[in-house]
Parts: sequence; structure tokens; C-alpha cells
Amino acid sequence: MSSVWKLFFVFLKIGLLSIGGGYAVIPLIQEQVVEKTGWISEKMFTDIITISQMTPGPLAVNTSTFVGLQIGGTAGALAATAGCILCGVVISLTLYKFFQTHRKSAYVMEVLNGLKSASLGLIISAACTIVLSVIYGNHGPAAGLLTFNRTAVFLVLALLFLLRRWKMNPVVIMVISGMAGYVCYL
Amino acid sequence: MRQGLKMYLWLLAVNLFISAFTFGGGYVVVPMVRRFFVVRRKCFTEEELVNMAAVAQSTPGAIAVNLSALAGYKAAGMEGAVISCAAAVVPPLVILTLVSAFYRVFVSNEVIVAVLRGMEAGAAALMVDLIVDMCAMIQKKKSIFLSGMIPLSFVANYVLGINVALILLVCCFLCVVQVFYKKRKER
Repeated sequence: MSSVWKLFFVFLKIGLLSIGGGYAVIPLIQEQVVEKTGWISEKMFTDIITISQMTPGPLAVNTSTFVGLQIGGTAGALAATAGCILCGVVISLTLYKFFQTHRKSAYVMEVLNGLKSASLGLIISAACTIVLSVIYGNHGPAAGLLTFNRTAVFLVLALLFLLRRWKMNPVVIMVISGMAGYVCYL
Repeated sequence: MRQGLKMYLWLLAVNLFISAFTFGGGYVVVPMVRRFFVVRRKCFTEEELVNMAAVAQSTPGAIAVNLSALAGYKAAGMEGAVISCAAAVVPPLVILTLVSAFYRVFVSNEVIVAVLRGMEAGAAALMVDLIVDMCAMIQKKKSIFLSGMIPLSFVANYVLGINVALILLVCCFLCVVQVFYKKRKER
């Protein structure tokens, strides 16, 4: 089997098994690309996680691009990424259509409502991680009050004020926060 | 037809942008999609966005990509889903290709690190903004069961570190049981 196909299938598997997204999928990806296939080293995998934290895009997609490039060049990157997103997108669309056509069933609607509440809880959980990382740096509050960053707290509150008060466009918010980062952190 | 083409181009541009500016992926995409699709363009309502987010979250794969596909589908059908999906993976593909070539220069550049840290604060503010509105929306349903599910799943995930798939399964089970009992009472 050519390496491009193998990349596609391994990442198809990763895409299919990774429910919840974010950092929950790190061990799964690690098992597949470091331990089972030996495509990349442990060190390189840690580097990918660091890069993913600093660059946009989902971790799974970033990893598939990186590993795909290493193993099969551009074609490899495309195959790995396609494999990674295929299952999720197809299942999402199917499930969404299912919910749309069964609006009248009390069971289906209650499950959807319950999932909404539960996902909001998960979103809050993710937000906590991000807010703490902004305020305390990468070590989190465990590193003690020394790393507590007042500038960061002020920055988040100021941006939040802009958002709530004037419903500002996210493009503008991201540009402002990037410039503020340049001014405050350099 | 012309209207359709315009819509496709808008979807392409918006998804490229969203994907290029959501650091860490996942839930940061939800407030972005909301600002563009719900607040600005009014393609669908807040309620529908939350439905989509719940579906994107409960199915396998990257949440950001799933949600882009669903939003595209809702706005312009199957073609919209395909365009949005493709647009969502292009920025990470391009950026990671560049970054992997210049990794060492990239992580040691102070300007880049400072700007990225600032943008992290922006992402945090966007998420808090979204959470406030979403909580208010669920409170409106006046159901203790649904409102209680929010802190429960938060504690289960953040404090106890329970697997997301398990949390969602238990949640579905509780919902079914609850409807079952409600129906029996009515009889």
C-alpha cells in the first residue's frame, strides 16, 4: 500500500475516533503516529503540539498536515487532512439532518436540548483553560501567584467590554488584541 | 444564480478568515461563526447555531471543521458545506507547511510570540462573550434539568477530567429517561 493511502486511512481512523476535539484527542493521535506507525518521534510530536497552540486550526488537522508532509510531501498532507475530516463532516451532516426531520419526537428534541446544555458545559471548560492560560501563562495557576499577569486580565476585560458594548466584529477584535499583545508583551 | 455565487464567495471568504484566526481550534470557532452568520448576515438564528454546535461537538472529528460544514450547509446547502469545509482546512494546511519549514525561527521570534499571546486574550474574550449569551438562552427554557446539565458537564470535564464521549452518552441517557417518565406521568 502506498504511503499516501496509508496516511489517508490512519487519519481516517483518527478522525473517526476523536470525539470531543481539542486536547482530548492528543493521546489518540500520539498512539497512531508515534507508537504504532513510528512516522514521527516523540520530540517532534511535542513540537507539533506547541506549534498547534500558537497557530490557528484544530490540533488534528495541524498534526495531519505536519505528519503528511514528512511522510508523503504535499500529496501526503492533503490525503492525511482529507482523511482526518471526512468522517466527522459526513456524520455531523447526517446527524443534523436527522434532528431536523425528527423535530416532532419528544425524545429526539430532548436529547438535542440535553446535548446543547452539556456542550455548553464543555465550552465553559475549554474557556477556563484558555482564560487561565492567558492570565497565568502556559503553566496555569499551579505555578503560583508570581506568574499572575495583571496586564492580561485588563486586556481580556477591555476586549470583553468592546464586544458586549458595541458588538464588534471578531476581525477587529483579533487585530486589536494582536496589536495590544505587541505593545504589552514585547 | 448570481445570488448563489455571491453566497459561495462569502462562505469561502468567511470560512478562510475564521479558520485563519481561531487559535487552538475547537470551541473558539463558535463565537466566530455566531458573529458572522447570526449577528451580521442573519443566515440562521442563535438557537440553530446552538443546535449545530451541539451536533458538531457530539460527533467525531474536529469541532471547528464540523461546525463550518454545518453552517455552510444551513446557509447554502450541500455545495455550501463542501465550500466551507475546504475553506476551513486551507489556512492550517498553508500555515503549518510554512511553520514546519521555519519552526526554529518561528518559536524564537519575540514579535510573533507577543502578537500571538495578545490574540489569545482576544479569543478568551470572544468565548466569554458567547458563554454569557448561550447561558441566557438556555435559562429562558426554564427547565431545571437543562440548566443543571451545564454545571454538571463542566464539573465532569474540567474538575473530574471525565472523557467527553462518556459525558455526552450519559447526557443522552438522562434525557431519554426524563422524557420517558414525563410521558408516563401524563398517562
